[in-house]
Amino acid sequence: MASYTVAHGKAKCFYDHYERKADLQHQTHYCPGCGHGIVHKLIAGTIDALGIQDRTVLISPVGCSVFAYYYLDVGNIQVAHGRAPAVATAVKRSRPESIVISYQGDGDLAAIGTAEIVHAANRGENFTVIFINNAIYGMTGGQMAPTTLLGQKSTTTPFGRNVWNEGYPLKVCELLASLTGPVYIERVALGDNKQIMRAQRAVRRAIEIQTQGLGFSLVEILSPCPTIWKMNPVEAQHWVKEEMTKTFPLGVFRDRTKEAERRPAPAHAPPLAEIPRILGIANGASRRAAAAAPLNDAEPRDLRIKVAGFGGQGVLLLGQVLAEAGLDAGLEVSWLPSYGPEMRSGTSNCHVRLSARPIDSPLVSRPNVLLALNEPSLRKFLPTVEPGGWVFYNGTALAEDCHREDVQILVRPFTKMADELGETRAGNIVMLGALLESTGVLSEQHVNGALRRLVKSERWLEINRLALAAGREAARKGNGHEK
Amino acid sequence: MAKQLIKGNEAIVKGAILAGCRAFYGYPITPASEIAEAAAFYFPQAGGVFLQAESEVAAINMVYGAAAAGVRVMTGSSGPGISLMQEGISYLAGAELPCVVADIMRGGPGLGNIAPEQGDYHQVVKGGGHGNYRTLVLAPSSVQEMADLTHLAFELAEEYRNPVVVLADGYIGQMMEPVEFPAEAAAPHRLSWAVEGTAETRHNLITSILLEPDLLEAHVRALEAKYRRAEREAVRFESWRTEDAEIVLVGYGIVARVLKAVVEQARARGLAVGLLRPITLYPFPVAEVRRLCRRAAAFLVVEMSTGQLVEDVRLAVEGRRPVEFYSRTGGNVPSAEETLDFVQETADRHSQMAVPEGQLAYG
Repeated sequence: MASYTVAHGKAKCFYDHYERKADLQHQTHYCPGCGHGIVHKLIAGTIDALGIQDRTVLISPVGCSVFAYYYLDVGNIQVAHGRAPAVATAVKRSRPESIVISYQGDGDLAAIGTAEIVHAANRGENFTVIFINNAIYGMTGGQMAPTTLLGQKSTTTPFGRNVWNEGYPLKVCELLASLTGPVYIERVALGDNKQIMRAQRAVRRAIEIQTQGLGFSLVEILSPCPTIWKMNPVEAQHWVKEEMTKTFPLGVFRDRTKEAERRPAPAHAPPLAEIPRILGIANGASRRAAAAAPLNDAEPRDLRIKVAGFGGQGVLLLGQVLAEAGLDAGLEVSWLPSYGPEMRSGTSNCHVRLSARPIDSPLVSRPNVLLALNEPSLRKFLPTVEPGGWVFYNGTALAEDCHREDVQILVRPFTKMADELGETRAGNIVMLGALLESTGVLSEQHVNGALRRLVKSERWLEINRLALAAGREAARKGNGHEK
Repeated sequence: MAKQLIKGNEAIVKGAILAGCRAFYGYPITPASEIAEAAAFYFPQAGGVFLQAESEVAAINMVYGAAAAGVRVMTGSSGPGISLMQEGISYLAGAELPCVVADIMRGGPGLGNIAPEQGDYHQVVKGGGHGNYRTLVLAPSSVQEMADLTHLAFELAEEYRNPVVVLADGYIGQMMEPVEFPAEAAAPHRLSWAVEGTAETRHNLITSILLEPDLLEAHVRALEAKYRRAEREAVRFESWRTEDAEIVLVGYGIVARVLKAVVEQARARGLAVGLLRPITLYPFPVAEVRRLCRRAAAFLVVEMSTGQLVEDVRLAVEGRRPVEFYSRTGGNVPSAEETLDFVQETADRHSQMAVPEGQLAYG
């Protein structure tokens, strides 16, 4: 018997026996003449040739090739329909040394997963997509794919794909080539041996680009599905070559391997001991030794403060200064905003609690201090103030119908006073000065400390210093409190 | 130890990084956006990955990818985004991948509004995706717990190889309180089952497809056994002033904070009221509810939905005691005053059923 040499043996990265298959472990689950077997072989041959078997992670979403992990002896992740590019993105980002291959069909990539493939391509993710286009849904039994040809019959286009009902076949390479991100995009076919050899080169090129760290590569492979097409393997291969290529021309749609820059390597992780400092929580970064000092008052008090006004009046900041200063003073504190959409002309309020005891509810429904920066806020919240509580109102006088005898009300044109200091927006801090002066809560030192942390610019710190002084002065002058 | 005044949403991110989380994938949505914003700031500095995905669908599948690759990973969103993530959460549970998902609940259904609500209880606690799976659900009610329970969430996710949801409402996410963080950061570590693209992990397979009915049933039973174990071992709750309580209030998140004030005010009126605050919503503190049945005349569930948590309380009570219900929705939080009125009514209705001191009721 003549001796012979095996020119094309089984690729090393194919399993010898398909033990992950339930039965018939010596053969694949692909039909005779199916393109998947050929493409698996092209990928396996490339993995062997590039010596990347240990590094390779194959992502297989829904479709006949969901079971690619039966055959390829590499790391395998099976994923949801259409989402392979999202999964591949994260695998590659967290394991930059891995070689990630997303193996997707036409329904998966070009219908349900359109968003994921477009955005992964646009980000220039450094993984490789092998896109099998057989113009039909194979695994689910022959429904229309986004790449089904015009006039082609499927179980959901029983009269043939009609452009007025289903639109045109989606041309993925052309679509993705309109983006700047991708490095390499080629469409090949399995229509004859010559085309298959070309496909082999394309697959290898695409994966090599990834090993070089250049970025996103995609190979679309026009592939036969004889069973669903109701053809024999030879007819199916012929149909790929003669019919599919009319709608899907072969060729390289993008190649910027020469000018593409290597994707920068991820920055080195800092030492673990550095993490608290990075998060701003290392000792010394967060500043206080909580000395349990009571409020300035002789008797410890539970302050339930409501701050309210228009958006832009510094309502939330005023509340935050109080909470920060309270924390500095060793008190339990909470700050809760009534947040809204980031739009103009909204109203804004926040709830602040300062207490010597643990705070149960951070919500203030019955305030004992109301800071009303406009009239609607006064009208809304004045009735909720506890008898004996404090009210600070930014205005010139109380309306006849908006008044209470059982609370202490200080009415001052705080915004106008800030205007006179040259900064309208400091009205909130003028009001804060009046609050500190009238009630004696919180020391100057703690309030200044809070302002220094919250206000970054020197100019504003100076404005706030003047504003606080003006507020204190206003509270001292003119009969003190109006009732 | 020093404390820091920060928002709940930011506390989640710091807690996550301290727990060894090094990947964040998300999509902005009010009132959860500060999570993505803080993650964008801190994760890259900590040597991690941050990526703003094209959608919540993509984000949760990126979480799937990072989890499959063996890194601690999380995402954060709010109701509408969580709805979109449910498919991915089902796959994560099916493939037994650990991850942490923060849901900062807002008003629904549909676009609803961005104010706090608790209407995601069913979709999160009961598992809003397809198939027989559960997510473990932790419900913080303070900013400190946003940090602490996020840390715990990563431990549980790995222990059970299952998604864990930190379920908070818009107020817990948006409010600021002092937080004390642990002094040391946990080190990221390797997981033997992950697919890392290395020789050691080459034979690993992450999948959720099992075509053979017998194989899938065995898998589903294994998941079930895992959830039964969580029901035995992972339950957490705060039982506050319940020892002598005739009316037991039940609530979580911001509502539990209001209920603490209600308990104080009710007791000042001479009403024997306590609070059961489930910290794990799944597994639910069923045994504690049953224990409280011995003493309590009635339960009063307060939530910011039209009745979701209350179903779990009723299932646990199994008809032993009346379960009353009070709710606000649309972004309104029940005030202590209105809740106290309802507590008074409840007490008046059930006082004749109150169990005399020292005597055990059936239960």
